[in-house]
Amino acid sequence: MILKILKYQLRDVFRSRWIIAYVLFFLVLTDVLFRFGGDGLRVATSMMNIILIVIPLASIILGAFYLYNAREYIEMLLCHPVKRHQLFWGMFLGLALPLVAAFAGGVLLPYLYNAASAEAWRSALMLVFTGSMLTVIFVALAYYLALRFDDRIKGLGLALVICLFFTIIYDGIILFVIYMFSSYPLEKPVLVMSLLNPIDLGRILLLLQFDISALMGLTGAVFREFLGTPLGMSVSVASLLIWLAVPVTAGFRRFLVKDF
Amino acid sequence: MIQINALNKNYGSLQALSSVDVEMEPGRITAVLGPNGAGKTTLIKSILGLVKPDSGVITVDGIKVNGESQYREMIGYMPQLARYPENLTVMEIVDMIRDIRKSASKSKVRSASVDRSASTSTDTPDGKNRPSEEGPSAKREPGSPGSNGQAASVQGPGHDDAPDLELWERFGLDSEKDKPFRTLSGGNRQKVSAVLAFLFRPKVLFLDEPTTGLDPVSSSILKDKILVERDRGTTIILTSHIMSEVQELAEQVVYLLEGKIYFERSVSGLLEETGQTTLERAIAVKLGRRTEVTAETGGTP
Repeated sequence: MILKILKYQLRDVFRSRWIIAYVLFFLVLTDVLFRFGGDGLRVATSMMNIILIVIPLASIILGAFYLYNAREYIEMLLCHPVKRHQLFWGMFLGLALPLVAAFAGGVLLPYLYNAASAEAWRSALMLVFTGSMLTVIFVALAYYLALRFDDRIKGLGLALVICLFFTIIYDGIILFVIYMFSSYPLEKPVLVMSLLNPIDLGRILLLLQFDISALMGLTGAVFREFLGTPLGMSVSVASLLIWLAVPVTAGFRRFLVKDF
Repeated sequence: MIQINALNKNYGSLQALSSVDVEMEPGRITAVLGPNGAGKTTLIKSILGLVKPDSGVITVDGIKVNGESQYREMIGYMPQLARYPENLTVMEIVDMIRDIRKSASKSKVRSASVDRSASTSTDTPDGKNRPSEEGPSAKREPGSPGSNGQAASVQGPGHDDAPDLELWERFGLDSEKDKPFRTLSGGNRQKVSAVLAFLFRPKVLFLDEPTTGLDPVSSSILKDKILVERDRGTTIILTSHIMSEVQELAEQVVYLLEGKIYFERSVSGLLEETGQTTLERAIAVKLGRRTEVTAETGGTP
């Protein structure tokens, strides 16, 4: 049943204009970076900074919009013998999968026709992995918000605020903390704070992978010392997975008991 | 058919429904009326399982509504505002709903009495207007239970599993079948909705403002169909703001006011009691809005 719902969902999403725009965005960007003479590794590094801003924003806004627009459709489907948990996964995967596919396709295609080196491919795949995780996490957050708030202005506004918080404000807070308590050993608190932000997590994962200390921000520098090891990688991946599980579960539960 | 006992629902401090008891009988059209925010939608959504009531019991055809989805097999619902995935064509939407129904009934053990070889034959004599013929679903799963039902329609019309495409044909939706849903006009969207509601010969039919946006011809086609369904013994629940339509179709009126049942009467009984000729006036009188009525009849309040 989930597959049935998913099938029509995918058909709908892949025909929409915004998903095509989304593919083109990543495709053109990666292509242009390649043309500016970067090798695959440098392209991945440049893309990282863009992806860490664009993906959370796009995923959360598109996710919230999508679910608000699908409201009547969901109601209609729920009047058929469809179980709520089936519908939730159908709707969730029906948006998250196309977004991941669009992003991965857009980024990887230029790598393919530019015949990038094996090392460049490794960083590109790492980039795609992190970007995909962020996509799913922020779609899940968007779904939770859209299910929690019936007022779409409120839901969309909050989605925007959450996104800005994690991309900009959170780093500001970390910097502020470091500045204020500069005479204390701050490594551990900052490390914990970074684990609490999925975008920081993604950045750390990528920086560790790319091994480019010059580009590291403050949060990354702290992590480098502690977690530039396999252990560090697994801790950050595990934190990302927790970041994934929490909003998905919250949205799922909400969906099961919600009054439509 | 539908029994509701002591139904309560609160949205925060707002009491949407308070101790509502209603019974809706098969073969009768019950109109649920009331001003905006009286709890009509909440009541209907509770029966559909979209809204989870705080307390009270709802049974549909003897099955308790408790979060299970299977009972909705016998329900057809025509929403007030139809919205389907924008980029799917009309045909795909019909196919999708049939697909979903099919896989929902797969979980039940179905009788294998229908001849399986017959299910592969798609050249029905009157098949030119059947969406299933062009639909990918029919081709993909020739042996599935749903296709068996289709085949049964060839063998014997009126079989309960055969999709009811009368409205599809009478609305002439064939010309629209390959258009994406987003390009359809409001009236055509409403027609698609109506087709889907009647498609599975439901035992219970919910019609939420069914004629909104329909032209007079389509509207009367739909009304005819509703009456035919009623005579077939379907339980029909209707909401509408057009009182003449209610008077034309419904036998029973359930009037909600502030989450409570204000009155529940037959249409003829209501007219008789109030001495009015139209339902609109009768309800106005019943609600005690006598000012305009007294002016008309010249009586004292």
